Amino acid sequence: MIVLLGVLVVVLGFATRRNPLLVVGVAGIVTGLLGRLSPLEILRTFGESFASSRSVTIFAITLPVIGLLERNGLQQQARTLIAKLGSKLTTGRFLTLYLLVRQLTAAVGLQTIGGPAQSVRPMIAPMAEAAAERRNNGQPLPEKIREKVRAHAAGADTVGVFFGEDCFLAIGSILLITGLVNSTYHTHLEPLHLALWAIPTAVCAFLVHGGRLLRLDRTLERELVTVNAQMAVEHEDAHSRGTEKGRSVK
Amino acid sequence: MIKAEWFFWLVGLVFVVMAVQMFFDRSNPKRFGTSAFWGLLGLCFFYSTGVNDKSLPAEPLGVAVLVLICLGGFNLTGKGTPRTTGESERVRLAGRFGNKLFIPALTIPLVAMICAVVVPKFDFGGHPLLEKGSETILGLGVGAVVALGVGMWVLRERRISVPLHAGRGLLESMGWALVLPQMLTVMGAIFQAAGVGTQVGKITEAVLPDGQKLAAVALYCVGMFVFTVIMGNAFAAFPVMTAAVGWPVLIEQMHGNPPAVLAVGMLAGFCGTLCTPMAANFNLVPAALLELKDQYGPIKAQIPTAGILLICNILIIYLFAL
Repeated sequence: MIVLLGVLVVVLGFATRRNPLLVVGVAGIVTGLLGRLSPLEILRTFGESFASSRSVTIFAITLPVIGLLERNGLQQQARTLIAKLGSKLTTGRFLTLYLLVRQLTAAVGLQTIGGPAQSVRPMIAPMAEAAAERRNNGQPLPEKIREKVRAHAAGADTVGVFFGEDCFLAIGSILLITGLVNSTYHTHLEPLHLALWAIPTAVCAFLVHGGRLLRLDRTLERELVTVNAQMAVEHEDAHSRGTEKGRSVK
Repeated sequence: MIKAEWFFWLVGLVFVVMAVQMFFDRSNPKRFGTSAFWGLLGLCFFYSTGVNDKSLPAEPLGVAVLVLICLGGFNLTGKGTPRTTGESERVRLAGRFGNKLFIPALTIPLVAMICAVVVPKFDFGGHPLLEKGSETILGLGVGAVVALGVGMWVLRERRISVPLHAGRGLLESMGWALVLPQMLTVMGAIFQAAGVGTQVGKITEAVLPDGQKLAAVALYCVGMFVFTVIMGNAFAAFPVMTAAVGWPVLIEQMHGNPPAVLAVGMLAGFCGTLCTPMAANFNLVPAALLELKDQYGPIKAQIPTAGILLICNILIIYLFAL
């Protein structure tokens, strides 16, 4: 029973935001000692499992070509493409399209062309806002609605990459699964099969989140009407108060 | 026959070459630590070959792994200023190359798929071309090498040092986080050797009514979700929940289909990542970048999707994997 304290070390370590590598090292040593492994056996386990799990880290081999493409404008070209696709859509439709593009590109290994800094801030959020402003007769959006549009721009990006990248066989999470299971349980799993089994969830993610984004258009429309009506009332109030004041002066 | 070990040596060699570049990079304030980290990692890739075929002892490799953990864990690694192109130049280059930029990137998955699916069907002089059982991994390696060639041809780049430097820049900016998945795998193996899985499995069996498939699947997925919310990292939750429920109960006891159970279980953890401020880089950083007043805005936008997808994942395992 006492070996379970090792799990506690992991949970506490990650929850208190210690350096993950240190958490893993300490948890490994503590758990090994509690499980009555000798120090040499612990070292041997560290070594043997590292040797049999190298496949987890090999996606690093793709970095030179990705780096070469990025320095030649890969992200910039992706932005140009998206801008061409989405310049006349409503907020919800534009974000749904972006969700799809992000999922599909991540599924073929292009996780780095998007992201909060790479695409959401420079392009996706401004385009989603511009689309909402067109619905608001070109007026700037009320703060609450602008926040909502931006939050959904970030959300579409994250959901898209999370539920797209696992369909790519050389992504960290897939290689982690095969590496862990193959070295721990002495079996043989192929990354490709895991990647294929990520597809059903990816489709669900598109249907669920895409559906929510399409509904966002109606929500925004309703909220814009309410907020604008409120503002009109306040404006009227201020106006009538102003005229009363004027009258009393007169 | 192309062996998987050759490919691991190639990866190790790339790490060592980049470590040499890092050693001489004066723009990196921690160049010695950074160089030591990646150089040692590269050498471990070579040494591991001997450990796997039992010709070399595993203990020294264990020591090296602990040294790697300390170098990364105590922040002794850093990054230099990459010699690369600026935003305006990239816009210009993107205009010049256009959609041709996507060709090399798409080469990687295309070649990997061909290697995994088509190549094993053919024999070359009585031998398979790629080592049996490693076709996907080797396909990725072949794909990356071919893509690099295609990329240099498409972009008219003659110097191999350019992609190596660009790759090193990415490596340095990811830093030790790049080896975290492998270290979590190592931790999972120690958990297993120390008997954590057996212990948690006993508790699970006591809690779970016998043969209750739906309950077991729900426990696995919700467990992944909750652990991920607490730790902010599905990768860290995975070894724990797989040792506890995924492997002993769903796969061994209920004969679940391993790739399906494990892949979808990981995705249940991703649902947790969507909901937790602990995953700061995915949820809080975008809020800051977009200058939102409500730093939980993105999480609020994601929670309903995460909840529905968690249920979808439970149903996918229950209906198709058991």
